[in-house]
Amino acid sequence: MGAPRVAVLDYGSGNVRSAVRALERVGADVTLTRDPKLVSEAEGLVVPGVGAFAAVMKALKDVGAVHQIGRRVAGGRPVLGICVGHQVFFEEGVEHGVRTEGIGEWPGTVERLDAPVVPHMGWNTIDAPEDSVLFDGLHDERFYFVHSYGVQKWEFEVLQPRMKPPKVTWSTHGAPFIAGVENGPLSAVQFHPEKSGDAGAQLLQNWLGTL
Amino acid sequence: MSVAIRVIPCLDVDAGRVVKGVNFEGLRDAGDPVELAKRYNAAGADELTFLDVTASSSDRETTFDVVGQTAEEVFIPLTVGGGVRTADDVDRLLRSGADKASINTAAVNRPEVISEITDRFGSQVLVLSLDARRTDDPQVESGYEVTTHGGRTGTGIDAVAWAAEAAGRGVGEILLNSIDADGTKAGFDLEMIRAVRAAVDVPLIASGGAGGPAHFPPAIEAGADAVLAASIFHFGPVDMIAQVKQAIREAGFPVR
Repeated sequence: MGAPRVAVLDYGSGNVRSAVRALERVGADVTLTRDPKLVSEAEGLVVPGVGAFAAVMKALKDVGAVHQIGRRVAGGRPVLGICVGHQVFFEEGVEHGVRTEGIGEWPGTVERLDAPVVPHMGWNTIDAPEDSVLFDGLHDERFYFVHSYGVQKWEFEVLQPRMKPPKVTWSTHGAPFIAGVENGPLSAVQFHPEKSGDAGAQLLQNWLGTL
Repeated sequence: MSVAIRVIPCLDVDAGRVVKGVNFEGLRDAGDPVELAKRYNAAGADELTFLDVTASSSDRETTFDVVGQTAEEVFIPLTVGGGVRTADDVDRLLRSGADKASINTAAVNRPEVISEITDRFGSQVLVLSLDARRTDDPQVESGYEVTTHGGRTGTGIDAVAWAAEAAGRGVGEILLNSIDADGTKAGFDLEMIRAVRAAVDVPLIASGGAGGPAHFPPAIEAGADAVLAASIFHFGPVDMIAQVKQAIREAGFPVR
């Protein structure tokens, strides 16, 4: 078995070099690309993202990535969102009173954090479910967050009894917010695993283990 | 459960080499920023800051190389300051592998550059580096004045008002360096930290005056979210970061 092939989505979002290097460090064969063929064929797709929700959504749409991501998720093929690449999987983002539609895999609104000091910047603890795959062995670790917005309410309804509810990991800055979601092939984290030292490396390795 | 107080060593880099030297045992090359960055990472630093003091622009290319090599090997956030004047300068640093850029004189000279940068890359990439000193000038209401050129030039601008303005214009963080305390090893300027804390709600990094682990908790009590220092880490014992964190923890604040 060779190294897992991972595509890091290249759509003009900030510093993606760290994400590429961090994945390589834990043994992935990484391509930085927006080529639809490579994006769909990779064993795992990473969606990075920094900056404004609206700008990231627009950039994702402009390169046809929303469609690509949707097809991967529908086909059960792993996708990992990071930071704003985590936020866009919720229903909508509200920045400065302006609402932007998200990809909408999960219900919820990305809104300004309710805390005395914003941005939330630095190493924070997480509260992950016992059976979390991403956070396996990492329940007592801190991860590096940089964000001013987040999802502070989880409103997922289990519509069918056989449906497995997503695993939700929380953190707190002022108020609790969602730090990670594991939902079948689709996972996303609000912090930056690529900047979270050894703990972040282990989380990426845990994710590679699911590919 | 809350975000940890960040402890940040700062390295002065000139043409790709660490200046002022760093006194660690067993270093192969005490002037290599990449090797030092790895050391500080292993010692528990929460972030790293490079201050590029390179004078000539031709030597600046070396800085980008050093930033790139560091980002390849160290997986904690890296801020780079010195010589940042435009959004394109920030772009260049981010592409090289920096996570944040800090801006100082250029923002004092032309405050609009703050939003030019943050509109393009987001607030989280920009740190306002604010060198302030006490002044008797009655025009400066807070009693703290903004300086430029490493504290040598007074501007007559009120440092507290400037911090608030810069936060309003979009900086994601403020690095507050006390020119009076810098190099004294007598402790941080706590009154100045309190004054700026009261005026802004972005994270505040305190700098200047640290002489030992006991100096750090009062800065945090005064309102700092992070602490930055240079010589105490460079010339102190190898476990100084751990000692500082221990002091902060014992004072009741969270550390990583």
